[in-house]
Amino acid sequence: MKPRHKRFAFIGLGLLVLGVATVLVLNAFQSNLVFFFTPTQVVSGEAPKGRSFRIGGMVEDGSLVRDNDGLTVHFIVTDTAKRVPVTYKGILPDLFKEGKGAVAQGQLVADGTFVASEVLAKHDENYMPPEAAEALAKAKASGAQQSKSLVVPQGRKDSL
Amino acid sequence: MIPEIGHFALILALCVAVVQGTLPIYGAAIGNSALMSIAKPAARGQFLLVLTAFCCLGYAFADKDFSVLYVASTSNSQLPLHYRLAAIWGAHEGSLLLWTLILTVWMFAVTLFSAHLPETMRSRILGVMGLVSLGFLLFMLTVSNPFERLIPAAPDGRDLNPLLQDPGMVIHPPMLYMGYVGFSVAFAFAIAALLGGNLDAAWARWSRPWTTVAWCFLTVGIAMGSGWAYYELGWGGWWFWDPVENASFMPWLAGTALVHSLAVTDKRGGFKVWTVLLAIMAFSLSLLGTFLVRSGVLTSVHAFATDPKRGLFILAFLAIVIGGSLILYAWRAPRVGLGGSFAMVSREGMLLANNVLLVAAMGSVLLGTLYPLFLDALDLGKISVGPPYFDSVFVPLMAPALFLMGIGPLAQWKKANLPDLAKRLRWAFGVSVVTALALPFVIGTWTPLLSLGLLLAIWIATTAVIGLRERLTHVDGHGLAGRLAAVPRSYWGMLVAHCGIAVFVVGVTMVKGFETEKDVRMNVGETATIGGYTFRFDGAQDVMGPNYTAARGTFRVSLDGREAAVLYPEKRRYPVQNQIMTEAAIDPGLLRDLYVSLGEPLDDGAWSVRLYHKPFVDWIWGGCLIMALGGALAVSDRRYRLAWRRQEPAVPASTRPARRKVA
Repeated sequence: MKPRHKRFAFIGLGLLVLGVATVLVLNAFQSNLVFFFTPTQVVSGEAPKGRSFRIGGMVEDGSLVRDNDGLTVHFIVTDTAKRVPVTYKGILPDLFKEGKGAVAQGQLVADGTFVASEVLAKHDENYMPPEAAEALAKAKASGAQQSKSLVVPQGRKDSL
Repeated sequence: MIPEIGHFALILALCVAVVQGTLPIYGAAIGNSALMSIAKPAARGQFLLVLTAFCCLGYAFADKDFSVLYVASTSNSQLPLHYRLAAIWGAHEGSLLLWTLILTVWMFAVTLFSAHLPETMRSRILGVMGLVSLGFLLFMLTVSNPFERLIPAAPDGRDLNPLLQDPGMVIHPPMLYMGYVGFSVAFAFAIAALLGGNLDAAWARWSRPWTTVAWCFLTVGIAMGSGWAYYELGWGGWWFWDPVENASFMPWLAGTALVHSLAVTDKRGGFKVWTVLLAIMAFSLSLLGTFLVRSGVLTSVHAFATDPKRGLFILAFLAIVIGGSLILYAWRAPRVGLGGSFAMVSREGMLLANNVLLVAAMGSVLLGTLYPLFLDALDLGKISVGPPYFDSVFVPLMAPALFLMGIGPLAQWKKANLPDLAKRLRWAFGVSVVTALALPFVIGTWTPLLSLGLLLAIWIATTAVIGLRERLTHVDGHGLAGRLAAVPRSYWGMLVAHCGIAVFVVGVTMVKGFETEKDVRMNVGETATIGGYTFRFDGAQDVMGPNYTAARGTFRVSLDGREAAVLYPEKRRYPVQNQIMTEAAIDPGLLRDLYVSLGEPLDDGAWSVRLYHKPFVDWIWGGCLIMALGGALAVSDRRYRLAWRRQEPAVPASTRPARRKVA
């Protein structure tokens, strides 16, 4: 092979690897990106059915219920405007607490319950997961708008 | 008083860094040896000053001086002394001081082991490192001062995050930083070479041991972080593809590529431009890692700073370092020239393919790590990229690289003969395929990934044996032992490091294929069986630690009726931060780990419990340590020691005729 041909071969090899990598990346992105939704978005039906996503907010005070098997737990995630019931089977992270922020990953089932496959609570007591913080901030912002349009009682009732 | 001395030492160090970063480089440019000779004492002085500052901070911690804000926020009077000292790098400010200290340690090492370097080269290297350290000192003194006072002093400190109160934590950050910062030496060598315009085989030979040592430290550092996550987070996982882990893994991938590319530059004079680019890339990724982890962009146990000024500073610093060095690269690299030509099928060709694959894998990790951050920054929604993405991209990219790893060391430089290679490797291939297909059936289940993993691991090991056997026929020595001793250490290093990869692959494959996990509710006296082992729960007692209280469970594990282990997992409460922590109990073994962690207390003394049976999991970290051992062996090779001892550069005169005249 002449040097020029050889260089083309090398460039071709490089492009081939790059192409394969791109295909792999796009493919994996397609099926593995996990989107995040706030409880308000979930209640209003923006979240996808039959696909895994993340939901975040506060764990409502007094909402944690444990089944008799000791492993299945039910709790409610709220952004103070809307609430979503969550079911999870397994051991909760150490920092999971009522009244604290949490993020859960899983799927929405037909009756509107979120079945979590994973519950995340972060490493620090005073730390709020950013997704949860954002959900609360959004709800607060839209709550301020709502108060102007006189639908506060509705929102209040939801968040009780 | 002591903290002020530390603060003052940092300011002095900054002044020294300014001098070190400018005059020697200028001196090298105009050929003034008086200016160049400043580099060495300046680097040593800077090391002493930063060491002084570090010791002052250590003293403040040991002395429980809660009038220092940083001490008050990361330690507590109840915290044992060794953790108080480890708390120096337990949060943002102190870990940057550690970073800078380690940078000056590397500088100091360069002044010690650079007698064989031409003076222009040495002063440029130290100058570039001085500039890097200038950036970090400036950062500390402007927005992240560890010596800031808290007036009035706090009565007691806020305590160190309980997750970090662990022996692994004491050693993991210094190791990791030794690796991160160690790439700054390779970076400085590359920049110095670009500035001087003399990239040659000698340059690669000088920079090789430094790069390898940094790589070893990084390997061990990452392995320790992974081990820490395994036993401390209580989820039994060893790698989560968490952005913080990726931040340390990307420099490792680039560094691995660099180590191999340097070998080609050293032995064959090829890949020069590529090697320089990799050196810049490895250090830039180290800086990016520091930025990602320390700026608060990512959320994890590592993210301390949420001060936007800090993030901005690191980002600007990053832009200057990466942008500046890439501009210099674009300007000077064309002068470097290309190395010798080689055929597609040759050792160079395979190392090139290995490099391309490593960099592609690094790119895919980078993309998966940064993409969510970009989307978030542009307000396009919040997403997360989970482990499945990384698994499905990383494995197909790494599998061919691992396969090539078996062939590359046996191929000739310049041009290899494919049929000849096939002939030499046929039994290795046969053994690997047969074992990989049969072994899973013997153990239990067969899956394609299981066979692939075993195939690659056995392939690497068997080809290493063939390589060694062929090598032994080429060296002189009395008997087998003599010939084994005559094989150069660098070759042993390569073999050992590659076998480390094989061990690592076995570990990953077996854990992924055969691990079992069970979440159960257990009453006192109840048993649960997992992986053939029976766990009996004997209840939990309250125990007191130095700065925590805990419930400690007792589990008796038996195999076929014989007691195999007694495990004591704990659920700890640290009152200062009111934090609960799971302390898993692990019975490690060569072939399997047994892992128990307590969930929550239920009624009547029952607990929810998580049990794991993890076959071969320790091979993962064992493999990493073997890799690092291989690196250490390679560095101890005679040729480097000779180079260090001699004042003259150990380069054949024919390849470098007139270089000394430049000085």
